Amino acid sequence: MRRWLGRQLHLVDFTLGALMRRKGRNFMLLTVYTLVIFMLASVMFLGSALRHEAATALKGAPEVTVQNMVMGRHALSPPEWVERLSRIRGARNVHGRLWGYFYDQANGANYTLMVPPPHARDIAVREGETVIGASVARLREVHRTGYLFLLSPAGKLFRLKVARTLPHRSELLSADLVLLSEKDFRTFFNLKPRDGFTDIALAVRNSNEVPTVVNKITRILPGARVITREDVLRTYENVFSWREGIVLAMLAAALVAFAIFAFDKASGLSAEERREIGILKAVGWETSDIIAMKLWEGGIVSAFALVFGVAAAYAHVFLLDAGLLAPVLKGWAVLYPDFSLTPVIDRMQLLTLAFVTVVPFTVATLVPVWKAAITDPDIVMR
Amino acid sequence: MIRLERVTRIHNEGRPNAVTAVDDVSLELPDRRVTVLRGPSGSGKTTLLTLVGCLARPTRGRIWLDDELISALPERFMTEVRRRTFGFIFQRFNLVRGVSALENVMLPAYPAGEPHAALKARAQALLERFHLRDRMHEKAELLSGGEAQRVAIARALINDPAWIIADEPTASLDTSLVERFLAEVRDLAKAGKSIIITSHDPRVWQADVVDRIVTMQDGRIVSVEDVGKAPAAAAGREGSPP
Amino acid sequence: MIFDPPILALLLTSGITAAVWLAAAGFAVRLLRHWDIRSGSGRQIRLERQTYLVATALKIVMVAQMAALALFVHNADRMAILFTGAMCALGTLNVNEWGMPAFLAQMGMFLAAAIWLLVNRADEMGRDYPHTRAKYALLLAFAPLALAAAALQWLYFLNLDPNVITSCCSKLFTPEGAGVQADLSAMDPRAALALLFGGSGLLAALAAWPRAGRWPRVAAGILAALYFTGAVAAIISAVAPYVYETPNHHCPFCLLKPQYGFIGYLLYLPLFVATALLLGTGLLAALGTPASLRDAQPAFMRRVGCIAAILYVSFAAVALYAIMRSHLILIG
Repeated sequence: MRRWLGRQLHLVDFTLGALMRRKGRNFMLLTVYTLVIFMLASVMFLGSALRHEAATALKGAPEVTVQNMVMGRHALSPPEWVERLSRIRGARNVHGRLWGYFYDQANGANYTLMVPPPHARDIAVREGETVIGASVARLREVHRTGYLFLLSPAGKLFRLKVARTLPHRSELLSADLVLLSEKDFRTFFNLKPRDGFTDIALAVRNSNEVPTVVNKITRILPGARVITREDVLRTYENVFSWREGIVLAMLAAALVAFAIFAFDKASGLSAEERREIGILKAVGWETSDIIAMKLWEGGIVSAFALVFGVAAAYAHVFLLDAGLLAPVLKGWAVLYPDFSLTPVIDRMQLLTLAFVTVVPFTVATLVPVWKAAITDPDIVMR
Repeated sequence: MIRLERVTRIHNEGRPNAVTAVDDVSLELPDRRVTVLRGPSGSGKTTLLTLVGCLARPTRGRIWLDDELISALPERFMTEVRRRTFGFIFQRFNLVRGVSALENVMLPAYPAGEPHAALKARAQALLERFHLRDRMHEKAELLSGGEAQRVAIARALINDPAWIIADEPTASLDTSLVERFLAEVRDLAKAGKSIIITSHDPRVWQADVVDRIVTMQDGRIVSVEDVGKAPAAAAGREGSPP
Repeated sequence: MIFDPPILALLLTSGITAAVWLAAAGFAVRLLRHWDIRSGSGRQIRLERQTYLVATALKIVMVAQMAALALFVHNADRMAILFTGAMCALGTLNVNEWGMPAFLAQMGMFLAAAIWLLVNRADEMGRDYPHTRAKYALLLAFAPLALAAAALQWLYFLNLDPNVITSCCSKLFTPEGAGVQADLSAMDPRAALALLFGGSGLLAALAAWPRAGRWPRVAAGILAALYFTGAVAAIISAVAPYVYETPNHHCPFCLLKPQYGFIGYLLYLPLFVATALLLGTGLLAALGTPASLRDAQPAFMRRVGCIAAILYVSFAAVALYAIMRSHLILIG
């Protein structure tokens, strides 16, 4: 064991020197390698950050949402539904929700107008006041006046005092949010209490009970659409994974090109290098020593490329907001002038990344490495 | 003692450009003697040296090192034998460029996995013995001819081999360096090393340290003469005459 | 099909593994026909040189397979969210009929590669490479497994349908149910723990026994294989409930979840590696000790046996720790 370790240490030592001696070539390889890892890592980081954003946003969402359907289209839910759904055992916290979209012609942006749910005390809004998302605040420059002015669909001007701005934490879904009191909301959209709610939300005490509750709801309200939080989460997960996969599949072409490049670099042994290997073998190194040395060489280059590539991708996605990729993966965003992602990286992502880059690289260079290693030691005597 | 028994080495065997470099050679190389392999270039002396030094395997025939049959060993074990038995001094010294004199000396011992500090101390002691103390961190290509020669000898000695093999060590050296080299050979012989030198340089085979001269031509041995003051214990068997 | 980076990585790895193994098998055929260690012919020297390539490739494959196994399980666990009814890796594996076989084949590949490398290591110590023919015959014998592992993984991942409603672990691993999983969880906890600790003690002793001859080593190999299934059953029946602190939760995969401190990895890894080591030494012992390895091979097997013994002891220690820490009492 100690001998083995000693041998490996010597080999690493020599390899580091050898890498420095051939700076030009290795720098080129490292650059391309880093670039490939940077691209892959950017896609993966952005994908998982978006997934994380969505999941955080949904964490506070109700377990089950019930929507009224009229002619296959989403319609307002009658107020008496709240009463009927409350009678289901296992369903808690049944409440009608009021939310809607509003197109702001002045800025060309879409806002989500919403009445905060009754149990959410931290974002409760008093009449004449509003709580708004960070992007809305920025867009309307509310910090100057402290008021938000909105022109209702009926043409009436609303003046709302901005009580506070929502924190950045899960900005993806809250950025375009404008929270209003129920009275203001109904006046703004000209809705009477008997018109009902946008939809009805309810919580389920035991998450294993969700399917049972859903069953009961469909029995009581056959025409309604029932959406569970799990459904939404699953859809998000699917959409993100799929998009990410497509982008990665496109990058696979780049990966193949990289493997060929690595193969080529490893095959093109200079006369000087061949002589060096010949000398090493002549003075007592063995084929497996040379292979080990060359694998160390690849391992060291891979490690550096991984560190640099991942660091660059981290900076790109989380500090520079994934400027190069966002259009592809986000797709849905209209109103995110300064949209920052929460940095989330898990071990599996890094493991995956190492897998899709280091394994092909190592395999691509294996045959050239071996070819170099079986150089006849007697070439130094010819 | 190294004993060769009807050894043949064919380069590119089975192909149209096959060349028989060593042809059916039988020879004994006694311990603690200085043997010179002499012959024109292309006579097969360097190829014979690669076979003796475990750098290549004979196509046919057997080679014994003391009582060990080394010609049939797989490469892994041949390398092991080579590392612990032979030290090499190559023509033009063949130091690894871009690497310091010190590390060049240490290189042959790397695969054995000796702790770095101990190995380094040994290499430094060797370099000091060859008066290279203040040159040991110099890159190999920046050393003068004489320094490179001494680094090469130090490298050959790092694993404390019983045999030293030198291939045309004096080619392209001026007379003073040849003298210096022969002085080192004398010291090594005195220290009990067995030495084999290939050379077509008369300054080498006329030197007084040489015990035996083997002359080759066209891959065969033409003659074996004992020239030293103390004749070798075992007389070499003659190769088949040309 | 679910297009997901870890899945792409796993498919890539299994594809590369199968390709490498197939190429190696082709070489094995040539080697078995022409290998003659005493010859100095060009062909023999070429064969010898190619063995370096094959051995290196298989080392890389083994490392990749080991990492792939962890990735496979971890990814299955993470994907559970995509499937209705799945709570952990098990639910994901049960989404279609290829999941479980793919997982078992993946484990098999790791074991195969580990055993092969062990024999290879012993072989490389002998001056006449005494086990070379056996080694390459073994490689050839494992080739179908390599192909099957890759094929199963492709089938599994290509047929992953998010609309399938799968079963959760708490439904499959119930002693009252039917099928293999139910049987695995039906063991009496007292018997299960006796088997787990007694078996690991016995195997550790057998593995560390310095004067174990040929047949004890072979027996240890066979016992190790049997013990592996027994130990997994014991984990399912007895250790898992202690970790979850509920008498009815038996899942072997939930142990790998972060909320249980990844204790599953600490349990399975030593057990798994120890099994591989004893299988390897068992096979080596069955091959016999060639003259050129008269001292080296027994010494090598002793060393490997000691490592296996340490791993068995640490496996038992982790299991004991999990039980001691638990608030659950299964045995009065």
